[in-house]
Amino acid sequence: MDPLLVSEMLRKVGAASVDDLFSDIPAQVRLRRRLRLPEGDSEYAVRRDVQERLSGNRTPPSSLCFLGGGVWPHYVPAAVESITSRQEFYTSYTPYQAEVSQGMLQALFEYQSLMCDLLGMEACNSSMYDWASAAGEAVRAAGRVTGRRKILVGANIGPQRAAVMKSYAEPMGLGFQTVRFDPSKGTLDLADLRRKLSADVAAVYFENPNYFGVVEEEAREVVSAAQKAGALAVVGIDPISLSLVKNPGDYGADLAVGEGQPLGIAMNYGGPHLGIFAVRETKLARSMPGRLIGLTTTVADPGQKAFAMALQTREQHIRREGATSNICTNQSLMAVAAASYLALLGKGGFRLLGESVIANSHYAASRISRLKGVSSPHLRGSFFKEFCVSYASSRASAVFRKLAAKGILAGYPVGREFGLGVEAGMYCVTEVHNRSDIERLADSLEEAL
Amino acid sequence: MAKKFRQAYWDEPLLKELSRPGRIGMTPPADAAIMKQVTNPSALIPPSMRGDPPDLPELSELQVLRHFNRLSQMNFSVELGMYPLGSCTMKYNPKVSEMAAGADGIRQAHPLQPPETVQGLLSIFYELERMLSEITGMSRFSLSTAAGAQGEFAGVLMIRKYLSEHGGAGRDEILVPDSAHGTNPASAAMAGFKVVKVPSDGSGQVRARTVKDLVSDRTAGMMFTVPNTLGLFESEVAEVCAAVHGAGGLMYYDGANMNALLGRVRPGDMGFDVVHLNLHKTFATPHGGGGPGAGPVGACKKLADYLPVPVVSEKGGKYFLDSGLGHTIGPLKGFVGNSAVLLRAYVYIRLLGSSGLSDVSSLAVLAANYLWKSLDPEAFPVSHGQSLRRKHEAVVSVHGKQSGGALKVAKAILDYGMHAPTVYFPLIVSEALMIEPTESEPMEMLDEYAAALNHVHRSLEAGTLGDVPKNTSVGKVDEVRASHPMTLKVHW
Repeated sequence: MDPLLVSEMLRKVGAASVDDLFSDIPAQVRLRRRLRLPEGDSEYAVRRDVQERLSGNRTPPSSLCFLGGGVWPHYVPAAVESITSRQEFYTSYTPYQAEVSQGMLQALFEYQSLMCDLLGMEACNSSMYDWASAAGEAVRAAGRVTGRRKILVGANIGPQRAAVMKSYAEPMGLGFQTVRFDPSKGTLDLADLRRKLSADVAAVYFENPNYFGVVEEEAREVVSAAQKAGALAVVGIDPISLSLVKNPGDYGADLAVGEGQPLGIAMNYGGPHLGIFAVRETKLARSMPGRLIGLTTTVADPGQKAFAMALQTREQHIRREGATSNICTNQSLMAVAAASYLALLGKGGFRLLGESVIANSHYAASRISRLKGVSSPHLRGSFFKEFCVSYASSRASAVFRKLAAKGILAGYPVGREFGLGVEAGMYCVTEVHNRSDIERLADSLEEAL
Repeated sequence: MAKKFRQAYWDEPLLKELSRPGRIGMTPPADAAIMKQVTNPSALIPPSMRGDPPDLPELSELQVLRHFNRLSQMNFSVELGMYPLGSCTMKYNPKVSEMAAGADGIRQAHPLQPPETVQGLLSIFYELERMLSEITGMSRFSLSTAAGAQGEFAGVLMIRKYLSEHGGAGRDEILVPDSAHGTNPASAAMAGFKVVKVPSDGSGQVRARTVKDLVSDRTAGMMFTVPNTLGLFESEVAEVCAAVHGAGGLMYYDGANMNALLGRVRPGDMGFDVVHLNLHKTFATPHGGGGPGAGPVGACKKLADYLPVPVVSEKGGKYFLDSGLGHTIGPLKGFVGNSAVLLRAYVYIRLLGSSGLSDVSSLAVLAANYLWKSLDPEAFPVSHGQSLRRKHEAVVSVHGKQSGGALKVAKAILDYGMHAPTVYFPLIVSEALMIEPTESEPMEMLDEYAAALNHVHRSLEAGTLGDVPKNTSVGKVDEVRASHPMTLKVHW
């Protein structure tokens, strides 16, 4: 603080001192001591300390990561990092003043359009916090739209999504029931779903691929069963899988949610990631949570393309307690990352990516299956990039820790509570892994068993 | 004399329009030896689920870079100019935080990896949690919530659960002042509460006697923003807390405006039970064009066990993610939290330290009062608390017969290469401009901003303003036309 400037400013304000500006704070609540925090340090010292601490973490490139479950190791292209490092994007706020924010508005509009193409959906919002909270908002939206109170969820979905959905939806009086899966294939049990569907079911939520990495072959049947019962079909997806797998629109899902992190966003120890939220019919757009960007023109020139925030009357700053959601700050910068990622790969590159991922994962599953005392893949269902492995005579949690000690982050335990009949370890193999990585994984696993 | 400003404009097509079949901007890695063994990868997907590749645009890497770089040039930001959006705290975001968050030790860390492999990061989060608790006077924080609104949702869910376990299950009302951010009533409603609006008085403050009249055995609690959205410290905050507590309710502190109070007064000492902080406001993490942020939620001792999980715990010098709180409301986010945002906030607190943080609030409050006093008081009168000091921001009305004056002023100020204040908020002020300069702006910038606003108003009164804005990438945008469900994506 420059004392000369401060006193000049104080003069204009008509205050004797800076403390005088706070004199309206009642003495009884004031803090009468300094905050018990360390004193400030130089940029160099703080940077060095943080760097040292972070370099102690065991992460790629010094370790190999084969973990998935909703956050996956994928390559983040240099061009994406360059784009999201533009200060014009990352130090701006929500584009309330459209005329000076056309760049962010167009980028988000492009994200919405690309995601609609990817998902086969008609409208996609400009981001939610993450997959789990998007799933929570999706079942809340289903409750609002249908007026019904029950949510059916597959027992083979990610436990993180299951738990967050409950935190989100139970306060509005929604109840949950799980639908069984086939323990040998890993896919949803259609007969059990049909038994549990009734006139009070608002939504059926399933994941594709599911938590075990298995593609739900009967997605269309799941969706039509739900819709026949008057419920909305909500699917949670890994966008990378859509390089090879049918999209949610193809099998008629009403709402699609998912995790956009693999689209050019680092794993970041849990965030920031990108919650995807899209609807198949535009009439559902008005029930959507979150921010939407629309294409328009300027007032003066109907030929001049422009972008602005759209359908804001759904949102909390206008509708307050009647809003579709309380969300305000979202994950816009991550949506820009995803848009630039999809544009970089394009139709051809995205297909190649899917082929590289599925080839590697199947190669790895097969390589691991040659080890004694393992069943790999443990499930018979078709998988994309993740698969379960069971061990004849080792605890999955012990294998997980032993592998980590060898610099291999792999085999996240799937406990008995999932109902696979055994404990298993989850493996995720993507385009970032090559043959020697997979050899190292297999060799280390052999030692860990 | 105002500086000349002209924002860039590129007549930039949509990605789809730039597409040409066969182009690939980045070829993903593929192991040749493995690809050789798997001749038809798509056959590994069952026929019923085999899909065609999505129809994504096909561009070269340079085309993609040019496209987004051009778009970035059509986007105003803090590093380009003053951005005094009220209640948004658009301060400078230290560059070193970006460097820190670029390390592989966080970027490549997977949230499910064993805690012994991420001790460095967990130790930082543990320290951050302790720092935020000290700053707010809370017992413990959960860093897991991704934004302010999610922190609010967590907070009201905690209140709900605590009360239901302590004989207060029938308490279904949350009090929210009429000056509150829209997220407050929206969060309370999401948690299943009925919202009871608390009118502020003529000075823009909430009176304890008003609150006393509204509380009952149905009161679960009150969400309170201090300083409020008018930029005023709520002088009866302690009495308001006592009134709600006396009726058996709990107090929620909306930390959106905490930038005014660092080191001066703590929510816990004022009587609040639950607190959220917006790290993307007070703690200088960049807003990312609307996100990501982080909205950690803190609790007093009796509510600490209700925090959302995971929290970071320590045992025998080892740190771990702890989901074992006895009464937790559960998780609200799939994994950990917005970790890379948390790391940036930690760096900020370490750079400033105890006295630096107090200086932040001193300067932020000085800047807000100085800017307010530099405005022509007849052009920009205040409707509430004329004689009171402002804290982090000031709210003024745009004087004049014409309605829509605030919008006009906002658009006109864009032509000076400066961002508009927040407009038409809070709702209790007509033709409101809500101005929060933050501690980052030097005196000469505040002078420039005030001079521009004063000049705009004179032109508005004289009828010489004309169509604004003129110097921005595009002229005034038709926002109504954007609000049709058919305009939300490209239709071909």
